Amino acid sequence: MSRPDDSAERSAEAGNDFRSYYGQPIIKEPTWKVPDVPAYLYLGGLAGASSSMAVLAELTGRTHLNRTGRVAAAVGSTASVVALIHDLGRPARFLNMLRVFKPTSPLSVGSWIIAPFSSLTAAAAASEITGRLPLIGRLTSISASVLAPAMTTYTAVLLSDTAVPGWHEVYRELPFVFAGSAVSSAGAVGMLATPRGEAAPARRMALAGSALELAASHRMEQRAGVIGEVYREGRSGKVVRAAKVLTCVGAGAALLARRSRVAAIGAGLCLTAASAATRYGIFEAGRVSARDPKYTVVPQRERLANEGAASG
Amino acid sequence: MSADGDNRLSGPLADPAVEAGYPPEHPERVGFFTDTSVCIGCKACEVACKEWNLLPEDGLELSGMSYDNTQDLGATTWRHVAFVEQRIDTTTRETVDIGMPDMTRPGDSSTAAVDPTEDAATQIRWLMSSDVCKHCTHAACLDVCPTGALIRTEYGTVMVQDDVCNGCGYCVPACPYGVIDTRPDTGGASKCTMCQDRLGAGETPACAAACPTESIQYGPLDELRDRAAQRVDELHEQGVTEARLYGHEPTDGVGGDGAFFLLLDEPEVYGLPPDPVVTTRDLPSMWKHAAGAALTAAVTIAACFVGGKR
Repeated sequence: MSRPDDSAERSAEAGNDFRSYYGQPIIKEPTWKVPDVPAYLYLGGLAGASSSMAVLAELTGRTHLNRTGRVAAAVGSTASVVALIHDLGRPARFLNMLRVFKPTSPLSVGSWIIAPFSSLTAAAAASEITGRLPLIGRLTSISASVLAPAMTTYTAVLLSDTAVPGWHEVYRELPFVFAGSAVSSAGAVGMLATPRGEAAPARRMALAGSALELAASHRMEQRAGVIGEVYREGRSGKVVRAAKVLTCVGAGAALLARRSRVAAIGAGLCLTAASAATRYGIFEAGRVSARDPKYTVVPQRERLANEGAASG
Repeated sequence: MSADGDNRLSGPLADPAVEAGYPPEHPERVGFFTDTSVCIGCKACEVACKEWNLLPEDGLELSGMSYDNTQDLGATTWRHVAFVEQRIDTTTRETVDIGMPDMTRPGDSSTAAVDPTEDAATQIRWLMSSDVCKHCTHAACLDVCPTGALIRTEYGTVMVQDDVCNGCGYCVPACPYGVIDTRPDTGGASKCTMCQDRLGAGETPACAAACPTESIQYGPLDELRDRAAQRVDELHEQGVTEARLYGHEPTDGVGGDGAFFLLLDEPEVYGLPPDPVVTTRDLPSMWKHAAGAALTAAVTIAACFVGGKR
């Protein structure tokens, strides 16, 4: 690194010709911690899809699935908030998240979604478990389900609205990956905690969510250009691949889960792990893309070259 | 509401302070013009900044990156002098005799002068540049901050209110230049304030006041932009064709920087992004895609409840 001409070193790899300042990153790597933030992402998605599952289960007379959904939504969203607070540099000031409502900040918008959502789902779950105030329980459960779809995808905007190439450049596809992963993770919990006779919708959610997640992931990696490398190579690539394998295995087991309790448990565990691994893999891929100046410089240079070509 | 009301997330914005809600009679927007062609790498700016802003040292490590042991901007480093040593082709470049003593005896002819093809110090050119927060017209750190800790000041600069920040760290990966970071000792985000506490008293920011070569120039942004355009023309006339401005265009991806630069090579050579864009430019589209995905999730879940009870 100390030879004078190193600073202007050009990477010799084909198509990766770029210059940098001693190979130093241009943007700062997120300070967000593991497992706090991947857990926050996974639990929020699980809670959102579980809340929808609970309301529909109640409407269709599936009492066990309703209970599973309500409890998963409450535990998931509360744990998600705890993970977020634990990640703060100044946890005692977590209430400052609700100091203002800022539409330009996905974390502000997200806080205003998760705060009422976690309160409502906690009330719904408490009513379900204690059997008291069933009307309040039903009302809070239904109110929470209005916010539930937003819970499954706002975290994708949270990641995309940064300068991190691995997150920003995939902002079109990332919410669909998160949505699929959320649906499949709620289906997984539904299969794990509900008698098979009532778990048919959970099995379908596991399958449909997995299919959506895999399709969106594929599209995301295809469209990411050079940045797609971080989703295929290195440690982050391994985690992303492991998530896909777990998703496929889990979805396969879900097909057999109607007849076998063992298959249902296997599918539930695989898909839970898959969903958590998906969030962790995406989180890691973003960090890798922030660390290497290549992913900042090369796409920006390409953009400038295209603009130059377009304007004359 | 300013006349540029449509450009709240990106694009040219004449007066970010008015857009942020200050009355039109607020002070002029100020900034830095850092002319790296006269930077001598003395690091007086780094020291002055640390002293004035009471920033702790960052550890005494040898980086191996020329004379740059500071390495990058961070929560406790608000000015960072980059050092780039470049080997140049002396056959295509005029050299200037600055009257330095050489190794020959007085009176001897100068035939013993350094052979230009030899690996010698004369073949190295130094690029030195004092980097700083860009105080963007469209500042991503400010946009994404959920607590309102990051604010636009009456001078059009961007500042962290330390007593509000809860250390969520969202501003850190949002900055397209990698400027802001969180402090391990306080947990809060921290970056250049353009010496807000000096501006109110009519003083120049500490770094600009300390700069011995006027590489760091402070003043009203419009004035600095005019001065920079003149300076780059002057350098081009002198044959320094590689001189270029960086961050001066109100039409760029961040609506123009409050702190901009005259560089002698491509921005990435100094560790600067070649085409930075404020991430929130795409925020409306991000929310549209997220809404589409959320609807997809809701419909998918509903569809799973249609059909047999098993």
